[in-house]
Amino acid sequence: MLKVLKMLFLFGLLPTAVAHAEMSIEIVGAGEHQIPVALAPLGGDAKLAVAINEVVVADLQRSGLFRIVDNAGKTPHEPSEVNYPEWQAMGAEALSIGVVEILEDGRISVKLRLLDVLKKSSLLGEVLSAKETQTRQIGHRIADLIYEKLTGDKGVFSTRIAYVNRLGEKYRLVVADSDGYNEQTVLAQNEPIMSPAWSADGSRLAYVSFETGHAAVFVQSVFTKQRTVLADFRGSNSAPTWSPDGKQLAMVLTRDGSSQLYLINADGSAIKRMTFSGAIDTEPCFSPDGQNLLFTSDRGGSAQIYRMPLAGGLEQRVTFGEGTNYSPRYSPDGKSMVLVHRANGQFYIATQDFQSGQMQLVTDGGWHKKPSFAPNGKMILFASEARGRGILASVSSDGRVKQHMFTQTGDAREPMWNPHF
Amino acid sequence: MKKLVISVVLVNLLAACASQKAPEAAAPAATPAPVAAVTAPVVEKAVVVDPLNDATSILAKRSVYYALDVDAVAAADKPAIVAHGKYLSENPSRKVELAGYADERGSTEYNLALGQRRADGVKKMLELSGAKAAQVSSVSFGEEKPKAAGHDEAAWSQNRRTDLNYAK
Repeated sequence: MLKVLKMLFLFGLLPTAVAHAEMSIEIVGAGEHQIPVALAPLGGDAKLAVAINEVVVADLQRSGLFRIVDNAGKTPHEPSEVNYPEWQAMGAEALSIGVVEILEDGRISVKLRLLDVLKKSSLLGEVLSAKETQTRQIGHRIADLIYEKLTGDKGVFSTRIAYVNRLGEKYRLVVADSDGYNEQTVLAQNEPIMSPAWSADGSRLAYVSFETGHAAVFVQSVFTKQRTVLADFRGSNSAPTWSPDGKQLAMVLTRDGSSQLYLINADGSAIKRMTFSGAIDTEPCFSPDGQNLLFTSDRGGSAQIYRMPLAGGLEQRVTFGEGTNYSPRYSPDGKSMVLVHRANGQFYIATQDFQSGQMQLVTDGGWHKKPSFAPNGKMILFASEARGRGILASVSSDGRVKQHMFTQTGDAREPMWNPHF
Repeated sequence: MKKLVISVVLVNLLAACASQKAPEAAAPAATPAPVAAVTAPVVEKAVVVDPLNDATSILAKRSVYYALDVDAVAAADKPAIVAHGKYLSENPSRKVELAGYADERGSTEYNLALGQRRADGVKKMLELSGAKAAQVSSVSFGEEKPKAAGHDEAAWSQNRRTDLNYAK
């Protein structure tokens, strides 16, 4: 009997402990207009309540848009138990209350209510449920509900990211929650992996693998793990990116000479060459309407960002000035892009509005590479470095709030935010 | 005198071993055996050493290095690449893979393209120097698999290169 208990302990509790050890998170900075929100501890199962609350608090803080107001020991679980003037006096504008319980089938259920402290009214009431192993997921969903109700934008805390973990000569393609926890290995091998790219529906990843001795493009389902070779021509096959409708990919091939852009159907058929510059053209990215490609090219003598209409027409340079630029990604609304700007020996994450043409640095420089927008456009994920290791980092799109995420071992590289909510 | 005889015999033995081990290179030296004992210079001619395995040959140079974001072979490295091209034209069964690398500055994809361009530049020069296209292939690792770790020029200068990897 004791043995059984020990087993239960091992299987039930250890994974949680390990999950906590996987990542450590540091948040720096604060937004300008933060919404003061109080989170009353959930009633019911106290241990679950604490675990869920940790996730909700971390998510809301990471966004930079909220200030968590201390609940000062008050624990209302029902609207009737809320003394609004007290919460008003504490400076809270919104208050979340609720109860968490474990159902008979083992699932976790949370009854959540978000209250408007000033208007003394209910903003939302929801019942959420999840498998018992999905404490973090339920926390992310609560944070998403609060975020959406209070900001008007969809929350991205339940979304997923992909990145490459490098430990010596071992490479893993990893999919994880947007905060870096709950990681799953999609592919592990002893040859480099580069440039993971999500399909728009979040079901597939295209990426570059060197397992055949050179750079080749593979497509893999994140659910079934089934994979196929998409392009394995001589030279380099790289920089895959999906069209918004998921039917095509743009990528880089050197089979006809220099690195040029090509379109290819998702089933590997109908390869069409798109650029004829003879220079390096790479890192294509489809506009959200599928009409244009942004890409990096050195055709003008240094690496800069260009845009081309897919229907044909002029390929236009969109970055100017000092320094070089790489890795463009459209914002979800298509009005701006995020990119890597290199100047004075530093790599910065920058955004550029297409109408004004103004580039704005959102990080203060270092080894900052490979940015991608969250699906709501409010945060940017990128590769950084700290304490001599490659790490994941995020920054609010206005540059105000930054977060570092440390993986347990090795270097985290090549992150890409899943565009699917 | 005795010493000289012994060494001549030794050289002969070595020559016999070498020609047995390397049949593809043995053709021009197949019939010197009858004159082998006469003078030392003739015996030396009989020793067939693949110049690729000669540490003093210009062919011992198997890597060329570049400045940042440059893919043209430096003037100082051109004689070595030309010599490799000539060697390949004289040894049509030999094959070489060119592996291009870049330092970590730039994006991973840009660096992959840059490494490919470096390797392809060497490939073109080999072909102009007599190598057949089928003997030469190119691959890029970009900033992956860096030879030297570190964020400084000492490391970067080692990582901006093309390696000539002959097939065994």
